[in-house]
Amino acid sequence: MVQIAFYTFAALSLSGGLAVLFTRNVIYAAFFLLLTLLGVAGLFVLASADFLAVAQLMIYVGGVLVLVIFGVMLTNKTDPVADASSQQPNRIASQNRSTGWVISALVAGSLFAALFTLLARANFALLNQPVGWQSTVNTIGRQLMTEYVVPFEIVGILLLAALVGATYLASPLAKSFRNATR
Amino acid sequence: MQPVDSHLFLIVGAALFSIGLAVVLLKRHAIVVLMGIELMLNAVNINLVAFSQYDPDRLQGQMLALFVMVVAAAESAVALAIVLQVYRHFRTAQLDELNELKQ
Repeated sequence: MVQIAFYTFAALSLSGGLAVLFTRNVIYAAFFLLLTLLGVAGLFVLASADFLAVAQLMIYVGGVLVLVIFGVMLTNKTDPVADASSQQPNRIASQNRSTGWVISALVAGSLFAALFTLLARANFALLNQPVGWQSTVNTIGRQLMTEYVVPFEIVGILLLAALVGATYLASPLAKSFRNATR
Repeated sequence: MQPVDSHLFLIVGAALFSIGLAVVLLKRHAIVVLMGIELMLNAVNINLVAFSQYDPDRLQGQMLALFVMVVAAAESAVALAIVLQVYRHFRTAQLDELNELKQ
C-alpha cells in the first residue's frame, strides 16, 4: 500500500516535471508545476515529514505558484514579431531549436546517468537502519526555538527584506521615482 | 507500515533535479527558467528529507529543507519582480532577446 502510494506520487512529480519540460505554453507549465509540487508533498509525507508536506503545500502551492501565475499573466502578450528575432545582428547561427534540445538532453541526461549509477552502487550504512514513523511537528517546533533560533530569526529578516524589495521593484512608480529624485 | 526504500527517494530526487536542469538550459522564457530552479530546489529538498528520517531526534535535514523553502519563496518573489520590470522595459520576457543594456 505504501509502495503503491510512493510510486503514484513519484510518477506524479516526475510526469509533472517532464510536462514542464515539454510543454510550449507558459501557463500550462505553471499548472504542471502544481502537479509536481503536489507529488513532492506526498513524497514528504511518505518520508515521515508531515510538517514539511503541509509547509510545502502552503508555501509553494499557496504562495510561489500563485506568484508565478501572476507573473505569467502580467508578462503575457501575443507576439506579432516572432520571426524578426532571427535577423538580429549578434545571433549565433547554430543556436537553433534542435541544438538546444540536444545540448540540454546531453547535459541533463548525463548528469542523471552519473547520479543513478552512483546511487545504485552506493551502500549507505545509514539507510539500513530501521525507521519509525512519528509526527515531526513537536521536534521541529522545539528545534526552531532552541538550536535553530538564530537562523530562524535571520531567515525572517531575509524574507521581510526580500518581500519589501520585491514590492518596490515591481511597482510601476519605481522607475519614475528614481528619475525624479536624481 | 512498511517504509519505502530510501534509495528510491534519492533516485526520484536525482531525476527531478535533472529535469529541472534541462528546463533551465532549454527554455527561453524567464518565468519557465524560474520554474526549473524551483524544480531543482524541490529535488534537493527530497534528498534532505529522505536522509532526515533516520535522524528523528534532531531532524537537521528537515530544518535545512524548511529554510530552503523560505529562501526559495523570497528568491522567486524578487526574481518575478525583476522579470516584471524587464518586461515593462523591453516588452518581452524571452531571455534570448535581452541583449542590450539600455534601450
